[in-house]
Amino acid sequence: MALLTEGPRHGYQLRAEFEARTGGTWPLNVGQVYTTLQRLERDGLVEGAGAADAEGRIAYVLTDAGRAQAADWFTTPVDKTSDPRDELSIKLALGVGMEGVDIAALVQAQRSATLRQLQDYTRLKRQADDAHDLAWELVLERLIFSAESQVRWLDHVESRVRRARRAEPASATAADTERVRS
Amino acid sequence: MNTADRAVVLELRGVSRVHGEGAAEVHALRDVDLTLVEGELVAVMGPSGSGKSTLLTLLGGLDRPTSGEVFIEGQSLADLSTKKLAAMRRRSVGYVFQDLNLIPTLTAVENVGLPLELDGASRRTARRTALKSLEDVELMDLADRFPDEMSGGQQQRVAIARALVGPRRVLLADEPTGALDSQTGEAVLRVLRRRIDRGGAGLLVTHDARHAAWADRIVFLRDGQITDTTASELSAEALLGTGRHV
Repeated sequence: MALLTEGPRHGYQLRAEFEARTGGTWPLNVGQVYTTLQRLERDGLVEGAGAADAEGRIAYVLTDAGRAQAADWFTTPVDKTSDPRDELSIKLALGVGMEGVDIAALVQAQRSATLRQLQDYTRLKRQADDAHDLAWELVLERLIFSAESQVRWLDHVESRVRRARRAEPASATAADTERVRS
Repeated sequence: MNTADRAVVLELRGVSRVHGEGAAEVHALRDVDLTLVEGELVAVMGPSGSGKSTLLTLLGGLDRPTSGEVFIEGQSLADLSTKKLAAMRRRSVGYVFQDLNLIPTLTAVENVGLPLELDGASRRTARRTALKSLEDVELMDLADRFPDEMSGGQQQRVAIARALVGPRRVLLADEPTGALDSQTGEAVLRVLRRRIDRGGAGLLVTHDARHAAWADRIVFLRDGQITDTTASELSAEALLGTGRHV
């Protein structure tokens, strides 16, 4: 809908523009685009603009209601719960209470993988910068900041678990002594 | 170009450094191997006390290892007398610190040319070579300014120019962006990256993952040992799907 604020577009154009502007970070299939357009038409947010072109494609435009909703969308904060389930948090939460799970190794493996991603994003950002592609650079920076925050969080997890483990032997010894006595 | 084809600039072979003796013995580095080739920037990360500073002082020839060997451009530092080692340091190695990099009473170009003059070059030759080095960090226009007439980011760029002036091939940077805001820090890294792409090799100690990501490799130090190394080799397609071709 945001792209339709710039003028009439058909489904293929919408897909191509979306992918060009976001650097192909989130690929779309054209079926998805058309299903969405049909739903928006049903809800009175878009309408067909004239007849189909030579290839049978219909361009869509926003209705007044659609234009208002697109404008709203830009200024509405993104809902936190729309994030996908965080597998890493689940892995850590389960692993930290289990015998035989090496949390330090888990953290290190994840941090290396995330840093490698960060290096890749940074390299792409240099290319985006050289090509003066601001839209793509902004998307990449989003990925960079999010990878960086994960690395910082993993550093925190590591030192937190170390500290907890260091405090542990004392209580374990106390428990052992208890067992011997009884 | 494959890294295997490039000249080795800096090498640590089985390097350990022990401070103190007996009960007070601290193993600052344990059996570290590390090689930097021409055009390579390597970042070192690790918690405080992991051996990062020891690594820098050994690589710069400011300290000698307890065991193992350090090579700069193929020359083992162990074979050098203290005097020759000092000369080697002046000719080959440059430092960039967090702050207080430049001599305040000298202009940018004089700061950059100083190691050459100390090594016997005439003032004119030193100036000419220093100007070339300032051009590499895009600071030609500010050559005759004093440090306090420049921003923090510009001063760090002068320090980078000085670190790799003339014959110098080794840049050792200790948190060079630590005193800068995020945008300026990134601009400095961009210049550092471009400069190393043109020649020389750099070791960058940083705690900031976003800055480390500018390096070809990131090395982790923990308790004096390298515990992991990451390198980026992926294509954009592999990374982001097939939508974007670069």
